[in-house]
Amino acid sequence: MAGAPPLSPPAGTRAWLLSPEPASRWQARLGRFYLGWRAFSKNPLAVLGLGIVLLLVLVAIFANLIAPYSPIVGGDLRTERLLPPSAAHLFGTDDLARDIFSRVVYGSRTTLWVVMLVAIIATPIGLLMGTVAGYLGGWVDTVLMRITDIFLAFPRLILALAFVAALGPGIDNAIIAIAITSWPPYARIARAETLMIRNSDFIAAVKLQGASTPRIILGHVVPLCLSSLIVRVTLDMAGIILTAAGLGFLGLGAQPPMPEWGAMVATGRNYLIDQWWVAAMPGAAIFVVSLGFNLLGDGLRDVLDPKAAR
Amino acid sequence: MASATLNQGGGHVGALRLFLTRAIKFGLVLATTLLGLVAVTFFIGRIVPIDPVLAVVGDRAPPAVYDRARKELGLDRPLIEQFVIYVKKAATGDFGNSVLTTNPVMSDILTTFPATLELATLGTLIGTLIGIPLGVLAAVKRGSWIDQLVRLLGLVGYSVPIFWLGLMGLLLFYAKLGWVEGPGRLDVTYSYMYTPVTNIVLLDTLMQGQMDAFWNALSHIALPACLLGYFSLAYISRMTRSFMLNELAQEYVIAARVKGLSEMRVIWRHALRNAAVPLVTVIALSYANLLEGSVLTETVFAWPGLGQYITNSLQNADMNAVLGGTLVIGAVFVLLNLVSDILYHLLDPRTR
Amino acid sequence: MRHMSKLLMSAAVVGLMATSFSAVRAATPPDTLVEAWQIDDVISLDPAEIFEFSSSEIAGNTYERLINYDPKDVSKIFGEVAESWTVSPDGKTFTFKIRPGKKFNSGNPLTAEDVVFSLQRAVILDKSPAFIIGQFGLTKDNAKDKIKLAGPMEVSVELDKAYAPTFVLYCMTSTVASVVDKKLLLQNEKDGDMGYAWLKTHYAGSGPYAIRDWKANEVIVLERNPNYEKKTPLARVIIRHIKETATQRLLLEKGDVDIARNLNPEELAAVAKNPDIKVENGPKGTIYYLGLNQKNPNLAKPEVREAMKWLVDYAAITDTIMKNKGEVHQSFLPKGFLGELNENPYKLDVAKAKELLAKAGLKDGFTVTMDTRSTPEITGIAQAIQQTMAQAGIKIEIIPGDSKQTLTKYRARQHDIYIGNWGADYQDPNTNADTFAANDDNSDTAKAKPLAWRNAWDPGPLTAKTRAAVLEPDAAKRAAMYKELQKAVLADGPFVTFLQQIEVIALRKNVDGVIIGPSFDMNSVAQATKK
Repeated sequence: MAGAPPLSPPAGTRAWLLSPEPASRWQARLGRFYLGWRAFSKNPLAVLGLGIVLLLVLVAIFANLIAPYSPIVGGDLRTERLLPPSAAHLFGTDDLARDIFSRVVYGSRTTLWVVMLVAIIATPIGLLMGTVAGYLGGWVDTVLMRITDIFLAFPRLILALAFVAALGPGIDNAIIAIAITSWPPYARIARAETLMIRNSDFIAAVKLQGASTPRIILGHVVPLCLSSLIVRVTLDMAGIILTAAGLGFLGLGAQPPMPEWGAMVATGRNYLIDQWWVAAMPGAAIFVVSLGFNLLGDGLRDVLDPKAAR
Repeated sequence: MASATLNQGGGHVGALRLFLTRAIKFGLVLATTLLGLVAVTFFIGRIVPIDPVLAVVGDRAPPAVYDRARKELGLDRPLIEQFVIYVKKAATGDFGNSVLTTNPVMSDILTTFPATLELATLGTLIGTLIGIPLGVLAAVKRGSWIDQLVRLLGLVGYSVPIFWLGLMGLLLFYAKLGWVEGPGRLDVTYSYMYTPVTNIVLLDTLMQGQMDAFWNALSHIALPACLLGYFSLAYISRMTRSFMLNELAQEYVIAARVKGLSEMRVIWRHALRNAAVPLVTVIALSYANLLEGSVLTETVFAWPGLGQYITNSLQNADMNAVLGGTLVIGAVFVLLNLVSDILYHLLDPRTR
Repeated sequence: MRHMSKLLMSAAVVGLMATSFSAVRAATPPDTLVEAWQIDDVISLDPAEIFEFSSSEIAGNTYERLINYDPKDVSKIFGEVAESWTVSPDGKTFTFKIRPGKKFNSGNPLTAEDVVFSLQRAVILDKSPAFIIGQFGLTKDNAKDKIKLAGPMEVSVELDKAYAPTFVLYCMTSTVASVVDKKLLLQNEKDGDMGYAWLKTHYAGSGPYAIRDWKANEVIVLERNPNYEKKTPLARVIIRHIKETATQRLLLEKGDVDIARNLNPEELAAVAKNPDIKVENGPKGTIYYLGLNQKNPNLAKPEVREAMKWLVDYAAITDTIMKNKGEVHQSFLPKGFLGELNENPYKLDVAKAKELLAKAGLKDGFTVTMDTRSTPEITGIAQAIQQTMAQAGIKIEIIPGDSKQTLTKYRARQHDIYIGNWGADYQDPNTNADTFAANDDNSDTAKAKPLAWRNAWDPGPLTAKTRAAVLEPDAAKRAAMYKELQKAVLADGPFVTFLQQIEVIALRKNVDGVIIGPSFDMNSVAQATKK
């Protein structure tokens, strides 16, 4: 996403954006975007969500400037272990005398990395499976949808767990495992959209012009499926973060000492009752970020997919 | 008259044929899905870099013992052969023995699955009973603070790590306030006061009139069930709201209002009845999710359910148990889909 | 609106229902001891197969062994089922006289025939712990000739060599030498399996408690054995499998369990402040170590091996992460064994380590991986070691994994560094010497795979010395031999041993008489009471 446009552009710009007769495709697109933004910005919760996600991105980029301590090397085990939150350590320290605030800050990089990669891997798979199945129909559809069903019928966390076990632990393998378990719903959505588009006039027109099947799918069907898929993926982000945290909680996922929020909660649960901050801080970070993605996704759906929002 | 009867008869035959083709199609779907499940799980299980023999003999076994156990497990045969043997046996309902518990996998599933079922059913019940009214309320009062509150409540439910909330819940309601009983299904005192028949503790104790044990079990299940209920509520209330908005905008609602029917009647009798059709699918889906997604809750609450059983077996490369458990959950998922399909057809006036 | 308030009402009622029925909170029953414990390692209840920590403790409380030792002073060996014993002049035949008048839980009398059957059965079934008695030259084929009735109440065992008597006797104290009920097992025999399939989940012993029920990963129930001479004060012991330590603590503080077995140092410190709870401990025969795979060219350099021993902050680990749960220990024999060596020459010394690394041509350090079980304890220690090693430029990448997964890799010699623990198999020093200091064949296809093999280390002359030590009849000389072996491994071996485990349990104040022995099979609740 490009930087958010200013809240209210000068009157002249607004008129240009809202012009009923846009001079160029570019202007029309910007205008559509502006209209969407106006609808979106009316929803305070959605704006809050966007704010949280932007904050996540900023914190991840500037982690080395924000974090006061190293996220990996801890202090003196004897004197600086499990300290409660204070001015020196905003979120306290953990069992290895590391500053939890710094770890949470650096952990945002891990979280962002997970979310981005899963989206980049899972969305194209789902999109391709769904559009190809929907557009071609027949036995291709049957086979592809059967495969989708098999993966849908799997207990998701257990499948991810099995994949991580098979691929070997580590955050990258956890990402692959989560991606493998997240694409089936996308395929379903893409297929449903494709079925609606397939028989429309303009596809018939493109066909008449002699466009090849791959070209029709990639050039015309896929773009039309994108918006509802983006909404779905955004709404899924929270689920992805939670699944990654769940893998961490069960002892797989990120490699120590890498700061990963889920693994941090997992360590913290051993100190839950007396040193509550060890689990509470990363837990709260997970919660806030997934809430942010949920609010954002919810708001996006209202704008991009008004039918579903009702 | 005659032709009408004939027509009707033809209708019956048609319905029967339709039913039969449906049944065959469903059987095929079920079979291929399950076979796919077995294949995927089986091959993942075999490439997992965990030595299944370790679970049988432990780390300190001398080499001769180790080799013998490996042979007994059939691990020295080619992969494909192992797979064929497994599928043949599974088709007759024999999932083999679990290495970890030494019992037949089927009997393990029969004791662990009811525990999961009990929890998920109660969770769905709570989620439905509270979620639907909340969703309706939010739709009726669209845009009001109630709507926003329900929305936020739902989104929070989507966003909070369940294991974290579970631990916090235990800390507050069990340790600090003492309102509910702690982890596990039953206090030790009551564990041997009843005979397990269905393995659903609430049912067993109730049927055998062990009221003390029943209340104890209810108090144990309250917290995890409420927790799962909250997650199901988050989903159900959102979907209810959206279906209701859809219905409330329909012409028949406006017509009913014009006719002067009371608002109550319009909302609860007419709109909700129609919204209930897609809601059935939503509830079934959320039920399936609770059934398969309760691994973490089961871990936190020391609940001896199927999710924990599979996870545990997976970590020990106890593949018979993992395969059996996954198959059962997969089958339940497919069956729930079917049931919701049937209900959809029964409820939907257009298909009736 | 009216319907709205109704709705809120019903929602409130459901909410209340879910929370208000706090049943009468009964503490655990006065005649029952309830333990919260991670018992997911139990795979069998058959003493011929039991080799895991939890199950050996269960066996220790439910079966009787031929001979036993005093948990407070390991050197005091006494007869349990045996009344007395003699060794033949050539040192090869041991004859045990059986105590008369004993009875099994089933009501069958315990006779010399049961003892013969039990020992033969353990050797013939040949499960994991069978080697403990099999290593004296007893095999499937000769067990029936070598283990015999020598009189109406006498049993003789013939060995292939004149082993040190202490070695033989200590091995006979292990759970694999438990006496099982021959008659009962033969009644439940299937296809000549000597009752193996049945005993995996049942009970046929004569110990203080009888096993009434076992549900894997859920619960074990022990019940007073009325036929045992010294009746247990408690009628029942219930062991609940509770994985989460935080949960164990909650249950203990609430009084829903009487003992919590797996609390971490912070939880122990916290419950110690509770006036209703006390904490007891005892050292265990388990040591924690790093295994350095000699297939890794860097780790194979002697200077690097030594440098790593100077790069662990031993004291900091036992003072913090493992506080109360371990003490610094650097040699391979745990305290409490014959020949124990209480020298801990190494401490954190980065300068010295750097010097050694420079000598090895690794001035700038190097990178290695460390396979780490993802339990909080091991992960914590691993990260602490990772930090101190980094100070000398050794970069450790931690590879987390489930215990079976890391073990699989370790046993295939595919690791760089493995961090783990090792528990003694039996109470004789040979148990650890055999695995840390001996390696008969270092090739990939070797038959025996001791820890030295797993780390691809050829101990050279130490192997022969280990073999000689088991034949030394004089206990003092024998002890000296083990001291020498330990010093050699301490100086040059591929093991960075850093601590010995202390087992700590937290109990409700009203529980007394729980014994924490030097090994799990010596942990006893037989005389535990509740006030």
